[in-house]
Amino acid sequence: MIDHLLQVENLETQFKTPDGIVHAVNGVSFTLNEGETLGVVGESGCGKSVTMLSCLRLISSPPGKIVAGEAFFHGQDLLKMDPEELRHVRGAQISMVFQDPMTSLNPVMTIGKQLCEPLKLHLNMTDQQATNRAIELLGLVGIPRAGERLKDYPHQYSGGMRQRVMIAMSLACNPQILIADEPTTALDVTIQAQIVDLVKRLRDEMGMAIIWITHDLGVVASIAHRVAVMYGGFIIEESDVKDLYANPTHPYTLGLLGSLPHIEDKVHTRLFSIEGMPPVLYQKPVSCPFAPRCSYVTEKCWQENPKLETVSPGHRVACWVDTKSGSKR
Amino acid sequence: METEKKTLIKVNNLVMHFPIYRGVISRQVGAVHAVDGISFDVQEGETLGLVGESGCGKSTTGRTILQLYKPTSGEVYYKDKNLVKLRPEAMRMMRREMQMIFQDPYASLNPRMTVRDIIGEPLMAFGEASGKEITDRVADLLKLVKLNPDFASRYPHEFSGGQRQRIGVARALAINPSFIVCDEPISALDVSIQAQVVNLLEDLQKEFNLTYLFIAHDLSMVRHISNRVAVMYLGIIVEIADRDTLYVNPLHPYTQALLSAIPVADPVYYEKNRRKVLEGDVPSPVNPPSGCRFRTRCPIADAHCAEVKPELREITPGHFAACLKV
Repeated sequence: MIDHLLQVENLETQFKTPDGIVHAVNGVSFTLNEGETLGVVGESGCGKSVTMLSCLRLISSPPGKIVAGEAFFHGQDLLKMDPEELRHVRGAQISMVFQDPMTSLNPVMTIGKQLCEPLKLHLNMTDQQATNRAIELLGLVGIPRAGERLKDYPHQYSGGMRQRVMIAMSLACNPQILIADEPTTALDVTIQAQIVDLVKRLRDEMGMAIIWITHDLGVVASIAHRVAVMYGGFIIEESDVKDLYANPTHPYTLGLLGSLPHIEDKVHTRLFSIEGMPPVLYQKPVSCPFAPRCSYVTEKCWQENPKLETVSPGHRVACWVDTKSGSKR
Repeated sequence: METEKKTLIKVNNLVMHFPIYRGVISRQVGAVHAVDGISFDVQEGETLGLVGESGCGKSTTGRTILQLYKPTSGEVYYKDKNLVKLRPEAMRMMRREMQMIFQDPYASLNPRMTVRDIIGEPLMAFGEASGKEITDRVADLLKLVKLNPDFASRYPHEFSGGQRQRIGVARALAINPSFIVCDEPISALDVSIQAQVVNLLEDLQKEFNLTYLFIAHDLSMVRHISNRVAVMYLGIIVEIADRDTLYVNPLHPYTQALLSAIPVADPVYYEKNRRKVLEGDVPSPVNPPSGCRFRTRCPIADAHCAEVKPELREITPGHFAACLKV
């Protein structure tokens, strides 16, 4: 077995709801190598966030439950790890940045106090050491007058600056993996560009691996090395970033890319739209989850759910139809 | 194919300040300069895109045009009527002509009303239909926005985001308006659903010769749907032009930075191009910078920009920009 930094196998997560059990993640496997950025793309409810939260066992249980799977980090299964040990992995070795910088900071604690917390907890720093490191971190993420601003509360920061603080906080213990869950979705485009540039710079300086969860195919193109597209709790296509955009293969990926307006188009073309809407899975699907919305659908798609198969080196797709030729695989 | 276009909406030096009160006797201590003197017009049948970052005043502009806020000063003409001067009842009747589609399809539909009541409410309010007629009209409208007419008896929570937005569109269309303010109608929706709603809006525009003011922060979608685009920054319009002119040849440094920040779904693009990343945040609209409002973040600003306020000038026919360096 090749040594991956993170290797997830057959992960399955379910949620108990009043309407029945929702199968949010249905057997997801992926790997992450050192220094690599993996983009995870999909629409709301496709299971992209739940997959990553499950890896760190951050799913509140009940109602959530990880029913199957393994997640190896340095050879140890995060899903079976002793809670105390896992606490040391979380934050110190694998850290996370969340979508909404407005709600993920504590409004009644100063920025400095929140930044120093992981340093004292994970690295056993003294107050003075932690404060110095906090100033250094704020400088690193580009916040001017860092020393003074440590005493400020979150509401005194703008949205972009709060997200910078979140990133600083997640970098506090030099993690090997940074999981960023839609970190730029709540921000304006100019601020989004600032944050993407910042993360790229930090990645190159610190050499960490990143999992970047987003629904924005444009942002992924600018930052990821490899991309996994999710639908209905499955990875349906996975490839090197350039290959994915040059040769999108799964009908869903084709549809997603087609529904974006092209900035360089001179003539007005109608947007391609995928009819229908993403499913909520109360049963683990036997057929392909995309079949009801797919324009390439065949008899077989209703009978059996396709597995990820390699179509070209480094490019895997879960589909019964070869969308290029239209023939069956 | 171009025919003489008529001006439907004319906005003249519109100002909207929100007062800030402090202290026990609620003394006014300042004002949020949300919209600070903007002028533009919208032609019949066209879509004018209005873009800018959050807090730049684009939504306030839309709402002030519809007189949902009473403007501090300035004029808004619909055809030849100055809406600012209209009496409340006359304004109410004018609202048949002007409707709005809101950003959040979850918050803009009353959860205790059925779809029939939501879409039928404007018909009832203007006495256009009653009883069975409403039910029939609602069924027609639902078909128009490609929803099943049998859904009329359901409540909003039974629908997905995209379907709710369609209900919002049907409500706006109920009384045959000619002008619709679309306030970020797609930003709360998923990518595949956004395309459905945009296509629907385009189809309806063709069918009913609607005029849209399309407010959004997604610049690539605005380019797709608009005929002309206006760019706002801190309460003023910094550039306005024909869509292609603006995107191909942006003149104002802010427009240039905004366009360069659009994420492009093409990894090869990022290898070839270096983006111009704008530094810093938008300054507070309570106390906007002197002179040119963009100068604090502008890469080419100098001392002159702090002193002189640039006016919106016509640089080439139909292409206006407010910058001293252009």
